[in-house]
Formats: sequence, C-alpha cells, structure tokens
Amino acid sequence: MTITEDAPTAGPEIGKARRRKEDQRLITGRTRWTDNITLPGMLHLAMVRSPFAHATITAIATDEAKASPGVIAVLTGRDLADGQGVVANAWPITTDQVTPTHLPVAVDRVACAGEIVAIVAARSAAEARDAAELVDVDYDELPAVLDLKEAVKDEVLAHPDLGTNTSAVWTLDSAAQGSGTDVEDEIAKAREDGIVLEREFRQQRLIPAFMEPRSTVCDPTGEQMTVWTSTQVPHILRFLVAATTGMPESKIRIIAPDVGGGFGGKLQTTPEEFATIAVARRLGKPCKYTETRSESLLSGHHGRDQWQKLTLSARKDGTVTGLKVELLADLGAYVGVVGGGVPVLGAWMFNSIYKFAAYHFTVRTLLTNKTWVDAYRGAGRPEATFAVERMMDELAAELGRDPLEVREQNWIRHEEFPFTTVAGMTYDSGNYEAATARAKELFGYDALRAEQQRRREAHDPVQLGIGVSTFTEMCGLAPSRILGALNYGAGGWESASIRMLATGKVEVLTGTSPHGQGHETAWSQIVADRLGVPFEDVEVLHGDSQISSKGMDTYGSRSLVVGAEAVVRAADRVIDKARPIAAHLLEASVDDIEFTAGRFGVKGTDKGITMAEVALATWTGHNLPDGVEPSIDADATFDPDNFSFPHGTHLCAVEVDTETGKTTMRSYVCVDDVGTIINPLIVEGQVHGGVVQGIAQALWEGAEFDEQGTLVTGSFVDYTLPTSADTISLVTDHTVSPSTYTALGTKGVGEAGAIASTPAVVNAIVDAVRHLGVSDITMPCTPERVWKAIQVGSAGATEGERGAAAHFDDGAPNQDSPQPSDTTEGGAQ
Amino acid sequence: MTRIHVTVDGVAYSDEVEPRTLLVHYLRQSLGKTGTVVGCDTSNCGACTVHLDGVSVKSCNVLAVQADGHEVTTIEGLAEDGQLHPVQQAFHECHALQCGYCTPGMIMQACDVLKDNPDPTEAEIREGLEGNLCRCTGYHNIVKAVQQAAGQMRSASSGSGETADATEAAEVSA
Ligand code: FES
Ligand code: FES
Repeated sequence: MTITEDAPTAGPEIGKARRRKEDQRLITGRTRWTDNITLPGMLHLAMVRSPFAHATITAIATDEAKASPGVIAVLTGRDLADGQGVVANAWPITTDQVTPTHLPVAVDRVACAGEIVAIVAARSAAEARDAAELVDVDYDELPAVLDLKEAVKDEVLAHPDLGTNTSAVWTLDSAAQGSGTDVEDEIAKAREDGIVLEREFRQQRLIPAFMEPRSTVCDPTGEQMTVWTSTQVPHILRFLVAATTGMPESKIRIIAPDVGGGFGGKLQTTPEEFATIAVARRLGKPCKYTETRSESLLSGHHGRDQWQKLTLSARKDGTVTGLKVELLADLGAYVGVVGGGVPVLGAWMFNSIYKFAAYHFTVRTLLTNKTWVDAYRGAGRPEATFAVERMMDELAAELGRDPLEVREQNWIRHEEFPFTTVAGMTYDSGNYEAATARAKELFGYDALRAEQQRRREAHDPVQLGIGVSTFTEMCGLAPSRILGALNYGAGGWESASIRMLATGKVEVLTGTSPHGQGHETAWSQIVADRLGVPFEDVEVLHGDSQISSKGMDTYGSRSLVVGAEAVVRAADRVIDKARPIAAHLLEASVDDIEFTAGRFGVKGTDKGITMAEVALATWTGHNLPDGVEPSIDADATFDPDNFSFPHGTHLCAVEVDTETGKTTMRSYVCVDDVGTIINPLIVEGQVHGGVVQGIAQALWEGAEFDEQGTLVTGSFVDYTLPTSADTISLVTDHTVSPSTYTALGTKGVGEAGAIASTPAVVNAIVDAVRHLGVSDITMPCTPERVWKAIQVGSAGATEGERGAAAHFDDGAPNQDSPQPSDTTEGGAQ
Repeated sequence: MTRIHVTVDGVAYSDEVEPRTLLVHYLRQSLGKTGTVVGCDTSNCGACTVHLDGVSVKSCNVLAVQADGHEVTTIEGLAEDGQLHPVQQAFHECHALQCGYCTPGMIMQACDVLKDNPDPTEAEIREGLEGNLCRCTGYHNIVKAVQQAAGQMRSASSGSGETADATEAAEVSA
C-alpha cells in the first residue's frame, strides 16, 4: 500500500514542505517500538520499587516471589552489586561538585520513592508483576528533605553521608569575566536614581511525559550484547555501559528503534536500562522491561524545578542596566546525566535579546529526596526566558508603558549583529524588529489593546490579557572546546557517513537519533540537493551503534545545526572523491569539471556524467584513475564553532473570568526566526508541539509530592497533560535570518516553542488582572490561584501601590502562598 | 483459561485466554498486532484505541473475553485493498504525527468521530479527540487532518472524491 505522494516538483528540496518518509509505517501500525520486540526465550522483568522517599533497606525476603508461577529469578541490589554499573553524571558543573553514587538497583538505602530495590524475571510480564507484589522489603524510614528552600538549610540531608544537600554552586559574572559592568554597582546606582525590581518566581517541577513508556530489551546471547531501548541517546548509553560495567565497548550494540517521543525525558541513561542489562547478563537470557505509565511518571526524570530570585536595575527612561539572577535548582535525589548542567545552560540566556550593561548569575544545585531532575524540552533556557520576559513585563508595568516598546528600547537592533552579549555569547544574526512587526500584524495587537481598554473601563467581569514573549535561545549543542571548558565529559560534535550504492541509491548514516523530528525526511532533502539525487533515492539510517557507529545523539536542538552540517560535509567529500573519477571517465581535466544538479560536466561542452553513473563505475572499479581507491563513500565529523541563536516573538491573548479565575485562551501568534528552513511542515510541527508544552507549564502541569515524598501526580488522571479540547489552533509564521555559523544557515527549532510560550501565557494572565492589584501568579495558573490572586490583590493594593515590588528580602515570595494540599513546598519534613 | 472467538482485521481467531487478559494485550501478545500500543495504566491516553464492531473503544479498558464473538479493527486493518483510509492519508498530508506513538489510537478515534459526525466543527473535533493524548503535535495538525479527511470523505461519498484538493490544502498551509 502506498501513500499518495505529492507530485515530484522541480527545484531545490530545501524549503519544500515534503510529507514525511517516516509516516508510512507509523500510520499503518507497522512500527518497531522496543516493547514490540519479542525474542525466543525472552524473560519479562518487573521492578520492585521503594514506596519511601528515604529509607535504609534492612531485609528483602524473596522466597514467596521466587515460588510464584512463571518466576525464573528474583534479584536484589546486593545480588547484582558487582557489574550492575553506575548511572552516571556526565557534567560535574564544578570540580568540587557533590555527586551521590547512583546505583541502578539500590543496595543499602533508597533516596527517593520509586527507586528500584529488586527485580523479578518471569516468563510473562503479568507473572513478573504478580510476583513483584510478593517481594517483602523491610525498610527503616529516614527523614526526607523534600522542599528546595528547606534543603538549603542542611538540617535534613538527602544523603547523610555527603554532609550537605548542596551539590554545586556555579557563577557567571559579567564584571569578573570582562563582558560587562558590575551588577551590584548598577543596582546601587538604580536604587539612588532609577528603578530596581525584585521578584521571585517559581519554576514548578514538570514531567516530560513522552507518550511511549520507556522499554528496554537486552539480548546477551550473541557475541555482541544487543540492547534495544527507548532512548534519545544510544551512543551515550553505549559509552556509559562500557565505562561503568567494564564490558568492552566493542561488545555492546545499542539500538534505538522507533522511539515515541522524548523531550529530554529520554536523554538519560536509566537505572532501568542498567538493571535490565545486568539481569539479562546474569541469567544469560534475553530480557525485556517495559515501564507502566505510573512507573514512568515516578521514576523517569522530571524537569525544571527552580526558585528564581531576580533583581533588575533600570534607568528611569526604561533602559535596563543590570540583571542579577540567583537560582536554587532541585536535582532530586541524584545528579542525572546532564544534571546541574541544565540550569547552567540557562546562564547565557537570562539576558536574552537585550543589551544589559551588567549581569550576574548564580545557581545552587540541591539534592532532595524526590525524583531526579534533568533535561526537559529547553533545559535551562525556558526557565531563563520565563524569568527575563516576566521581568520585562514588570518593568513595563512599573513604567506604565507598552511591554513591546520597553523591550524594543532594550533589545539588540538588527544592524548590531554579530553582537557579543553581557553573558559573553556572540549572537550571529537576527531581526527582532521584523519578527515583532509581523507578529503584531498577525495578532491584531493594536485592536486587541483597544478592546482591552474598553473592557477595563466597562468593568467587564471577563478581562482580556495580552502576553508578550520575545525570546532567543541557544541551539546546536555544542562546540566541544566550550564543553571542555565547562567540564562536560564528552564532545559536542556530530558524525555522518554517506554510502553511494552501485545502483545509484544513497545511504546516509547519521549520529543523530530522531524520535519524532523527521530526520529521515529532512536529511533526505538536504542530501538530494547537495548530491543532485532524487529525494526518494536517499535512505537515512540511524539509531544503531553497528550502523551509525559514531554519534552524540539528539537533544538540545542540535540535530539539524550540528548533525546535518556533518551530513553536508560528508556529501561534499563524496563529490570531491567522485570528481577525479568523473574527469577520468570524461577524459577531461579535473579542473574543467563542474558539478551541478547531480551531474559532473566538462566546462564549455555538453559532456557529462551523473553521480549515479560515477557510483556504478566506482563500484565496478574497471576504469579508475591510477591510485584512486574504488570508493566515493565519505565520512565527516562536524564540530561547531559556536551555538546558533534562533529567536521569535510570541503573542498570546487570554480571557480571564475575574469571578471564577478561569483562563480561556483566545489567540496565540508566533513568528519564529529559526534561520534557513529545510522543511516548513516539520518546522511548523515542532513549533506547535513546543508551544503547547510551554502553555501546559503555564496553565496545567505540575508534579506534586505529599509530605511523605510520594508523587501525588503519579498517573495521567492527576498529571494533567493538555488534551485537544484544552488547546486552540495556533498562528505561526517565520522571518528568516540565516545563521552565519552553519553551511545551511539553519538555527534549530526543537525547543523554541516550549521556551517562548510559557511567559507569554503568564504575562497575558497577569496583564488581564494587573489592574486588580495582581503582579504575579504561581504556575500552573489554575483558576483557584488566579481567583485567589485577584482576591488578595483587590484587598491589598490601594491605587498607586500596585507597581511596588514585593521584596523577597523579608522572606515572602511575591505570590500566593502554596497550599499544603496542592504542593509540598513548605511541607514539614 | 477461557476460549474466545474473535475476528481481528478480517481474520477469525480462536484462542484460550486468561479471564483477566486485556484486549490490548491479547492483540499485541497473542496476535502480534503491535500496531496498537499502550500508553498508560488509567485509560486516559487513548493510544490503545481500536474499533469493536465498528465503534471505538480503549482496548486497555476491555477484557479479551468481552470481545468474544465480536469483530475488532485495529490500525493494521484500516487500509483497504492497499489504499490508505482517508484519515490515514490526511494525517500524512497534514503532518499530524511526529513520533507517531499516539497515531494509531488517534486515527481510530478520528474515524469514529467522523462516523458519528461527517461534518464536524473544529470544536466538535477537539471534543471528540479529548480522550486521546498527543505530546508531540500540540493537536493543531491533528485537528486539521481530521477536517481535511472529513472534507474528502464527504466529497467521496457524494461521488466526486479527489485527493488533489486535499494535498493542495496542506501544501498551501505549509
Ligand atoms: S493505554 Fe492509555 S487509554 Fe489505553
Ligand atoms: S505524535 Fe508523538 S505523541 Fe502524538
């Protein structure tokens, strides 16, 4: 059965809205999710997990479970202690970072609920799960630290043996590094004769909630151990399994088959993967573990979770002079593969698109007895963007001016690129004016402002709010030298190979590992243009360490800006290798050969030969120039010199019912500049998905624990992902400022939407009710919170006091105090 | 163990199943119909949606024994005579899938929505798909795909079916 394809059209592939090659199998159910894999003699695993947030394990009785029908083995952490490997942190952000040892299966002590303490292997998944219920574990409960601000005090320790909850303190200071003035000076000056705004924002904890639960199948029976796993990072996993178990890397084959979403949530090497490998090797049998959704929400890493303390100084005319950022970041019980690197990735982004004179950033990463925290779509950059975009709105409110106008006064103008920021990054290109103008036009900004004014004056119970977010982000992780300077444990390059088959077909091997991004389609478009071969003739292979043996995988909006750059370079090498062969076959000088649209021609003649003909002639090897090897295949590894900096303007209109606190989204417009667009359909899809994830942070999602450290949002009943009925259709458009750092001019798009949309929504809600004395609402902005904020605001603010900043110095955050019923914050330990 | 007789994607099966076996597990494990997937354990995500006698059900919420004597259609049986169902085709054309994990359930549910209401409004589509979660697409293109499929199915049933305008529509909006 075939898809009705769009008629092939002439012209370049790049820029064309190609329908995806990936779709055919996905829309017909011909998929290869890890959980679909069944091997002869395969055993099924079930995990026994700790119900306690912090406890010592005193005894584990497995006899009853072992006697249960179908059970082959029950193994505890102690049984597996040798050779189970370690779940590693790849980025100790400081040389003295405190990093607890993270064993896949706990041996003596558990540091968060959901930690694995024993594993049942049985003939069926149902039998394994039944038997897991029969494993009897005795725990001695220990005090647990669950609140970030409590953790700072070190009164209760997440890991008593470490002596502190602080994992690391990491600082970037513009005066110290010479990229700007001293922030304390600027704040002091502004206190004398300017504006100082002090705010504290909460970045609630989120759960990536990819739709495919994680699954791992390990077959230890071959010469190479083969592991299929639902991961974004097969290459990193291979390295870390080798590095921590002592297995030779050459004996390990990792395959990421079809992977159902990740969003950073599968940018991890997980206890479940290590445990499955350990059990399979111990039993000498293929083993499969597939998590339930509840296990996924509890034990897959979470995202965000910061307290953000911000001080912004400005002149009275609205020119921002300084921004000071002090973060507390919850790592949960263990430091994940990126771990403390997540908030650090935000360090260069709090100054965003603006020309601040001074900037200071400090993050303290903290260990608590909750689920570990690591990358989630945007990883550090959404948090930064949220903070600065909220602050710019606060500044505009303080000044009584339009928020876009205040932003424009402070942002980098298009003629100022390349621009080195106060944080020390050099932005390549951009045009904030153009994106904003387009967004305002699509949004009907002025008309909406006028309507807002009318409804304010009419005391409409349903108020209109307009939210702005002008964002930038850094994509393309990452120049290896910068990673080295930051103490990251690996490089940031990407690898590609192109194999020119005798029949003229082309195989592209990429080190990226897509899980919904459409690399098979986009890479085909790029190669089709570069080599002048039909789009249909390009086959993109990925996600198997025996096929694409080198790679750094997919995350951080890196695949196109780093991975595809490697593809381009490999293609150029193919052409370079084919050129002398073409010259030889055409009996011309190499200097006279021109390559255009897939054909090597001889200048000034109509003689020529196609790439496919060269490939065939190379394969036969009958008639090659002397000394030329019979191959035009090529490899390339690309290491970027810099990051890329996409940007955009997002505008959101909401209606807030001041009587119920309910927010209804009315329109959402985003104009993104992601550089050159390879496939507009895919880019638009990435923006849609990201925007909705960001909106979900603003309105609906939040991982919450009770005072015992139990995740109370542990199923899709309580962790409320947006549904089709909650969301609206979005208006998207683009401006294009090609990156000057990449051959293709691309900038990256995977995270843009999620980075930009959260502050747009919260700014809109606050804007709707600011005249009622509200200057902030904690996320997610539930009707209850909005309603309460209105009550407090209306009671508290007398005219003229509204703009006054609630200083955090007195210990009170400028938001509604969280209720014990809906969060652990402040919960007794 | 209980013996059941069930027709799945046009093929008659007869199997012994444990009474507690869920339909989705029977489909995946006994029949190898792995196109239908599991996304949750609380019947919230809809990834497992199939048709039971032509009506959409969450197959994680139905016991295999309840399907005894009935007809099940999964995503693998939706295309007929090598022709994709218009909803499948529209999902492809409108880029209504990214990772594709929600896609089988989403397509099966969309078919059901259109069966009940061949000319739904955007709001009706959004309501109709409420029980199916997608984490990748933000639903925008899914809604568009269902609208496009609806148009195509209506014009096909009125005898003037053509894929050209549908393709064009997607092209324009891209
Ligand atoms: S698996 Fe989630 S509803 Fe059936
Ligand atoms: S396409 Fe990935 S969950 Fe819907």
